[in-house]
Amino acid sequence: MKTLTANRLTDGRVIYRTADGQWTTELDEAQRLSPEEAAELLPVAEAEFGIAVGPYIIDLDEAGPAGQKWRRETIRLAGPTTGTTHVLGAA
Amino acid sequence: MYRYDEHDTTLVRERIEEFRDQIERRMGGRLSEAEFKPLRLMNGVYLQLHAYMLRVAIPYGSLRSEQMRVLAHLARTYDRGYGHFTTRQNIQYNWPALTDIPAMLEDLAEVEMHAIQTSGNCIRNVTADPFAGAARDELEDSRPWAEIIRQWSSLHPEFTFLPRKFKIAVNGAGEDRAGIRVHDIGLQIVQNAQGQLGFEVWVGGGQGRTPRLARKLKDFLEPQDLLSYLTAALRVYNAHGRRDNLYKARIKILVDALGIDGYAAEVEEEWSYIRDGELKLPAGEIARIRSFFSRPSISDPAPLPEAGPAAFRAWLDTNIRPHQVDGLSSAVISLKPIGGTPGDATAEQMDLVADLTERYGFDEVRVTPDQNLVLPHVRNEDLFPVWSALREAGLATANAGLASDIVACPGLDYCNLANARSIPVAQAISETLDAEGLAQAAGEVTIKISGCINACGHHHVAHIGVLGVDKRGEEFYQITLGGAFGEDAAIGEIVGKGLAADDVPPAIARILRAYLDFRDEDERFIDTLRRLGSDAFKEAIYADLAA
Repeated sequence: MKTLTANRLTDGRVIYRTADGQWTTELDEAQRLSPEEAAELLPVAEAEFGIAVGPYIIDLDEAGPAGQKWRRETIRLAGPTTGTTHVLGAA
Repeated sequence: MYRYDEHDTTLVRERIEEFRDQIERRMGGRLSEAEFKPLRLMNGVYLQLHAYMLRVAIPYGSLRSEQMRVLAHLARTYDRGYGHFTTRQNIQYNWPALTDIPAMLEDLAEVEMHAIQTSGNCIRNVTADPFAGAARDELEDSRPWAEIIRQWSSLHPEFTFLPRKFKIAVNGAGEDRAGIRVHDIGLQIVQNAQGQLGFEVWVGGGQGRTPRLARKLKDFLEPQDLLSYLTAALRVYNAHGRRDNLYKARIKILVDALGIDGYAAEVEEEWSYIRDGELKLPAGEIARIRSFFSRPSISDPAPLPEAGPAAFRAWLDTNIRPHQVDGLSSAVISLKPIGGTPGDATAEQMDLVADLTERYGFDEVRVTPDQNLVLPHVRNEDLFPVWSALREAGLATANAGLASDIVACPGLDYCNLANARSIPVAQAISETLDAEGLAQAAGEVTIKISGCINACGHHHVAHIGVLGVDKRGEEFYQITLGGAFGEDAAIGEIVGKGLAADDVPPAIARILRAYLDFRDEDERFIDTLRRLGSDAFKEAIYADLAA
């Protein structure tokens, strides 16, 4: 399962593509896509102007970001892990 | 300290208006991201994982109190209440909105600051000894020379689009605290046999994926020739640097390719055409710039305090440096609280430092390449009230130069380039070492952590370096041993396979315990390591992992 993510032009915040072609900061609202659908949608998002900067495809599973970039995407979703409790083994 | 003239003021104001217009055109759809990106980078604006990041230049790491107050104001007004001081003596804000950046730049301009040339393939902020003008081992104050280079390199039309970024360091003391061997060009102020001051010129140092120590380019450069010689050195690089390959574009690769003698010959030839031209520095101009950097003088010098609480005396032992002027000391303000984020300071902490700078510090505060702050000039009798105020603000950690004084890049928690996290590893290491009292016991040890091979955490030149790597979605950390930053600069050696994140803090604790077992009396960690070799510590790193 995949979705499209990007950074918001005005403030750089992490955003995800919704089924109606909008962008949201909530991963729960992101459109779930097959690999083929994601590949078709990416150039459409890249060609749009105004909200999203640098859209790209990420892997998801039921729990959230998945695949080899799961940690990076989890940090993008949830924020820095630099609190006072250091759980180093997992983000 | 240097004050802007009308040229500086005009240049900065014009740049803000230009960038404001570029942002408006980007927001209005008249610039694409591909068109806008190089423009924002030239103004210090990156797009990181979660937000834009604004890097503000702090010329050679020197600030007045009013400037520090504006840095606090930016953190409070446009960010999330804190800023991050970097290894290049700058400050970064991690959360600004693009639309707020013109206002931030206007606030900075009010106190003669900007973000120009904090990114891009140009000459970046000049690094200097954070104790310049104060350190007892100093031959010559490096700041006037750093300022002369700053003025020459700001918006230099010939060197705005170099093959790659270019970093210059100037050091005027016996101990190299600017890192001249790990900069593209390093200038060490020396005295020749006739007693004349000049520069020893080093070239081609750098870290990243191809770490190199700089090679000596010239034994003695006369001061008036500084800018013509730098121009010749940059011109040869600009002409021959590898623009075809990002990873081979730094000057260190060109010096590798030509050899130091070949590169030097090209520089000398180029210099022969220009050395007696308009770039020769007039003695009057050198004197004018020097006049901005006066040294404080005091009457009735007091000795260092001998009484006081144990925590104060411990802070005196670790965080105070000797000063040129009797009765003054330099005080390191550690931005490395145990378990904290290296280099971070809150708006309230920055305001407090500004207050102390104004009241006790002759209105000067510095940023160090170790991500700490320094009050370079403090009367000895004022050290106790300074410490007391710092302690109230969580800024009196007595660990300057110790193993818990860890340098770390932002890593995967913020940086778009990182492969692994740095800050949480630094936090966990400092807590582990503190819990066992190892940092105090081991004395002078440097630990530096980078979250990718770009090496912004300077792990290559740490006694104990930690490099984060990604292996199929998991973070691992390579340990290097034997690196050094200063006049004994060295690139650390990788000692073995990478460790899981949770294994790094105990492994470093074992290294330090092994050192305490191995050392001769009063021998520093780096000296024990050089005497025995890194293999002697390898067993300590990996022994418990095999069990």
